Formats: sequence, C-alpha cells, structure tokens
Amino acid sequence: MDTYYHPKDLAKFGEIGEDAPELWQKFSEWYGAVFKEGALSEREKALIALAVAHAVQCPYCIDAYTTASLEKGSTPEQMTEAVHVAAAIRGGASLVHGVQMRNRIEKISM
Amino acid sequence: MALLTLLNSRSPLADPVEQRAMLARLALARTFGGAVSATGRGPLLASDVSVLQMNVGKRCNQACRHCHVDAGPDRPEVMPPEVVNACLRFLETSRVDTLDVTGGAPELHPLFRDIVTRARAAGRHVIDRCNLTIATLPSYADLPEFLAAHQVEVIASLPSFAARQTDAQRGAGVFESSIAALRRFNRLGYGVEGSGLTLNLVTNPVGAFLPGSQQALEADWRRELARRYGVTFSRLFTITNMPISRYLQYLVDSGNLQGYMDRLVTAFNPATVDGLMCRFTLSVGWDGRLYDCDFNQMLDLGTRAATPHTIFEATTAALAGRPIATGPHCFGCTAGNGSSCGGAVG
Repeated sequence: MDTYYHPKDLAKFGEIGEDAPELWQKFSEWYGAVFKEGALSEREKALIALAVAHAVQCPYCIDAYTTASLEKGSTPEQMTEAVHVAAAIRGGASLVHGVQMRNRIEKISM
Repeated sequence: MALLTLLNSRSPLADPVEQRAMLARLALARTFGGAVSATGRGPLLASDVSVLQMNVGKRCNQACRHCHVDAGPDRPEVMPPEVVNACLRFLETSRVDTLDVTGGAPELHPLFRDIVTRARAAGRHVIDRCNLTIATLPSYADLPEFLAAHQVEVIASLPSFAARQTDAQRGAGVFESSIAALRRFNRLGYGVEGSGLTLNLVTNPVGAFLPGSQQALEADWRRELARRYGVTFSRLFTITNMPISRYLQYLVDSGNLQGYMDRLVTAFNPATVDGLMCRFTLSVGWDGRLYDCDFNQMLDLGTRAATPHTIFEATTAALAGRPIATGPHCFGCTAGNGSSCGGAVG
C-alpha cells in the first residue's frame, strides 16, 4: 500500500546529505554530540527524544527512540510515562491558549 | 506462561541443521568472516584455553522464551559420569583456571555438587550459571549455602528489574521467585561488598533489540534493585540474544529476523574481536563433544577439522591456535559493545 511514511525510508535519512553535504555533516556531528552522555545520561536523552518524537508526531523518530530507549535500559512503564509527559504538555499547551481566548472574549464582549 | 521446548513442540527449528540453513538463507550485508578479515584480525584463532565451560545438560525447571539451548523440564539430556570425569581430568591436568558450569539448570545434574567440590579442591575458580528460581525449590533449598561454602561465583539471569519484562521472557512468577532467591544469596553475603562472594547478574534484552551500555545499565540496576527490593549484586553483565533455537523461533514468529540480523551486522564493532570468548573458552556438550562456544554447541557446529572433537582426546596444546568455527550468529557477539558469557567485550 502506498503511504507517505515507509519504515524503510529511515535508512535513507543520510541521502538528505547528497545535495547539501556540508550541512548534513554539521547536522550529523551535532546530532551525535547531543546524544552522548553529558550532564544527562544517554538513557535520559533517549527518553526525552521519545517524548519529543510523540509531540512532533514523527513515526521514524518514534520507532528509532522506542528501540533506543529499550536498548539503553528504560522499561515500557518509564517510556509510557515519558509519552504522557509529551501528551500533557501538548494538551496543556492547547488548553493554556484558552487564556488568549478568554482575553479576546473579555475585550470584545459586553 | 507454560512453554514447550522446540523439540517437544515439533518445531523444525529444533534441528540445528535447519537453524543454520535459515541463517544462511538470509541476505546480509557481509559475512562474519569478511567482517573480521576487514579488521585485519582474521581469521579468528583461539589462544590458550583459560575457561572450560561444561554444559551438563538441557534439563531446566524453566523454559524461557529466548533460550538458545532449548532447555526445559522435558529435556532428558544429562552429561553422563564418564564425560563429567573426563572434563574434570582435563581441568586437573591442565592450566585452565576457570570452570564455568552451565546448562539447562546445571544444579539439576546429579553430580553438580561433586563437580564443584572436585574443581574447587583442584584450586580452580568455579562459576555456576544459575537461573535463581532453582534455589527456591524445596529440594535445592541449601544450594546457596553450598555455593557459598565452596566460594563459587554465581552468575544469575535476570533480564529486567521490572517484573512484567522478566516474566514475559522467563515465565509467570519467575521475577518474584528470583527476587526471593537474590535476597537469600544476599543474606549469605553474596553480592555484598567485602564478603568475597561474587553474585553477578546477567541481563539480556526482552525482545528484538540490543543491550545498552553495561556500565550505564549497571548503575541504573544497582539503584533500582536496592530501592525497590533491597537487593545488591557485584556486577551486571549485558548479553546480546543470539539468533539460535527459541530466540530464533521468536524472531521468526514476530517477523523480526531480518531486521534483527541487519541490526547485528550494522552494529559490528571491530574493537570486540580481540576479546571474543571463543578465543579462550572451550565448550563441552553433555555428550562430551567440543565446541568453540556454547552457541556453536547449540548449532551443532563442532571444533573444526584437525583439532580434538571430544573431551576424551582434548589437550590444551592441541586446542591452542585452532581456527574458530563461525557463522552469521557470531555477529551477536560483535554487535555494539560486544557480548560474551562475561558480558560486554573489552
């Protein structure tokens, strides 16, 4: 079935560099450095990536960071909590815009 | 969850020949021999034997989903006394310093305690690969005390510090029994700093993915097992699941075989080659046949021509420098941080 997203396309990610190799190299180096152990562990960074992947709804990233989180030792319970954090922020972000709505209501209503 | 072994569920993959054929049919980016040669370290040769690993049989009180031995309560294979004697004679007359006893559940072997006692009397370091739950069975209630009295290193399997993952791999209720056993070992001083009694844990992924950094996981495990259950241990070993026997069957059934093998091949790490366990281990099957490792044993991939094939004819001199028998499954030991019976490599 033809769809916009194909799991095998994740392996082609590097092909993005073909038409802008210098930019791809900079991105790759920076990306690699970001996920190295620092003040946060690699496991914690993978969990953050997993949550963000859900927030930006990237299926490639969800596959990649589900695997990475498991490989770095997170449990499904911890990963599910991370997804709830993403969902709560997304839901909260929608809801907090209700303040803007209320401001506007106040401004234009009697 | 009650599981049948592949043998007794009549799976074609109970046959090692079928397993090897299935692995050989996969289209992989490179061969293992080619990958090793490309590092400049090929062909893979053994050094001196420093570990004798006796697989004393396939009987086990558990039937874990990932078991590369296809062990279980319904397996009858047990190492006969003459093979046990030949193994111990080899140990006593060589400079091999470590005896690694595995199975199945090795403690179920009727001569298990004799094996330990004799090897310790010969001054050898002894490792018991323990599934933990065996120590909670009434007939084996004194096992921890016996192991402690003989200063045996215990390497215990526990895939996760979470019950659901452990039980998913090893069977319902295994986690709770395992924690009970770990507490018993801890009470005897096993895994307690300064006691001299070593309790190492082995974790392998509960699914079709690689283990993470052993060092990072060990810190997490130390914290979580202490916080949740008051359990301590010496070291955590990460082991990659090998595409053999019941884990191979799982990969096939779950549609993960090609993806998992591609992952192992892609993650080939040249830095692991020098420390591969096959270079210093001699594996003996329950029937006395020799293998370069326990994984080759389960694939019926014996030591190669011009080297001894049974423990009855084995000498360390004849085994040193032998070429190692390899196949696609060997990518499991070289992926990522590497994998061996002693955890990550290097």
